[in-house]
Amino acid sequence: MMELLQTLEQTGQNLLGPLWLPLWTLIKIVVIVAPIMGSVAYLTLAERKILGFMQVRPGPNRVGYWGLLQPLADGIKLLLKEIIIPSSANKFLFVAAPVLALMPALAAWAVVPFGDGMELANVNAGLLYILAMTSLGVYGIIIAGWASNSKYAFLGALRSAAQIISYELAMGFALVCVLLAAQSMNLGDIVRGQSHGYGLLGWYFIPLFPMFVVYFIAGVAETNRAPFDLAEDEATIVAGFHTEYSGMGFALFFLAEYANMILIAALSSVMFLGGWLPPINIAPFNMIPGLFWMLGKMSFMLFLFLWFRATFPRYRYDQLMRLGWKVFIPLTLVWLVVVAAWMQTPLWLW
Amino acid sequence: MLENYFPVLLFIIVGLAVGVAPMVLGRLLGPHRPDSAKLSPYECGFEAFEDARMQFDVRYYLVAILFILFDLEIAFLFPWAVVLKEIGTFGFVSMLVFLALLTVGFIYEWMKGALEWE
Repeated sequence: MMELLQTLEQTGQNLLGPLWLPLWTLIKIVVIVAPIMGSVAYLTLAERKILGFMQVRPGPNRVGYWGLLQPLADGIKLLLKEIIIPSSANKFLFVAAPVLALMPALAAWAVVPFGDGMELANVNAGLLYILAMTSLGVYGIIIAGWASNSKYAFLGALRSAAQIISYELAMGFALVCVLLAAQSMNLGDIVRGQSHGYGLLGWYFIPLFPMFVVYFIAGVAETNRAPFDLAEDEATIVAGFHTEYSGMGFALFFLAEYANMILIAALSSVMFLGGWLPPINIAPFNMIPGLFWMLGKMSFMLFLFLWFRATFPRYRYDQLMRLGWKVFIPLTLVWLVVVAAWMQTPLWLW
Repeated sequence: MLENYFPVLLFIIVGLAVGVAPMVLGRLLGPHRPDSAKLSPYECGFEAFEDARMQFDVRYYLVAILFILFDLEIAFLFPWAVVLKEIGTFGFVSMLVFLALLTVGFIYEWMKGALEWE
C-alpha cells in the first residue's frame, strides 16, 4: 500500500513537475472532506435512529432499507427548494453567512491526525490553528442574524454569540491544561505524549479528568447542541439565527453544526483519549490499525452528544451563563494551577 | 516551515468552495418565484412592527468585553504552558502571581454583579 502510494507520487512528480504538489494536496483534501461530508449525512440519520430507539419508536424507516437513503432524500429535497432572500435583508452578507459558518468547521480538519503521521499538515502550532478556526464559526452565526434583519434571527444570533464566546473561555483554559501536560502544540505530539506503554492509563483524561468533562460540555455548548440549544429555542425565538433561511442556506448551517460536532469528538479523542492509540498495548489490540481506534473513540463521543440530547431538558439562559462563568471558569482556573503545581513534583507520571 | 502551511491554505479555499457550490446549485436547481409576502421578514404572520435593528440588552456587550479580557489571558498562558518543564519553578511562581491578579479582577466583577442574568 505504502509502496503503491510512493510510486504514484514519483510518477506524478515526473509527469507534472511543480504542479504536482498542489494537485496531490488537493487529492488528499478530497480524501479527508468526502468522508466528513458522508459522516455528517449519516450522523443525521444516526441521530434520528438513536433518538427514536431511546424513545421506543422506530425512527425514519421508509426511504430505503432501514431508512438508509433518508439523508440522501433530505439532501435532494433541500437542494430543490427555493432560496428565499428577504427583501429587507443585507443580501451579500445573508448569502455569505452560511458559507462562513461551514468553512471553519471543515478547514480545522487540516491538522487533525487520524493515525500516526496521518494528517494533512503537520504544523507546530496545530492547537492554536484549531482554536483560531473554531472561534471563526461565531462570525457565520452573528452575520446571519444581523443580515436577516428579522427580530427572531437577531435575538437568536445575540444569544448564540454570547453563549459561544462564554464557553470558549472554559475551552481555552482546558486546552492550556492539555498543553501543560503535553508540552507541545502539535496534535501528533500530543497523542504521542500519551503513549507510555500502559495503554489507557497514560491518556490525559486521567490527570485532567475535570478538564475533559469541561471541554466536552463546553464543546456541546459551542456547537449549540441540546441541552444548550438556546440559539434555536423554538418556543421563544422560532428557529433563532437561521429563522429566515431556506433551502441550501439552511442546509449549510445544518452541515456546519454536524461537522463541528464531529470535530469536537475528534479533538476530545486526540487530546484526552489518546487519539489513535489502543487502550491496552498487548497483542490483539495493538494489531488493529490506529485509524480504527481513532474512529471508534470519535463514534463514542458522538454517541454522547446524541445521548445528551435524548436525556437532558434545555437550559434556561441565566443557568447557561451561570454554568459557563461561575462554575467552569473558576474550576478550570483552579485545575490549571493544580496541574502546573503537580508538574513541579516527581508525582507527575504523564 | 512555511510550506507546511500551504495545505492549510488550500484546505481553507476548499472549505469555502464546499460552501459556495451548494448555494449556487440550490439557486440554479430550485424554483425562484418571489412575492412581497414571501420576502417579508417572519413575524408570526403579522406585518413587521418596526425595524429589527433595535436596542438590545447591555449585558451582551459586557459579556463580549469580559471575553476579550479572559481570552487575552489565555493567549498569554499558551506559550507559558508549552515551555513550563524548561522554565521550572521560577516560571511557575511568576505565572501564579499573574493568575492571582487575574483572580482578583474576576472576584471583583463577580461581586459587582457583572455575571448576573435574571
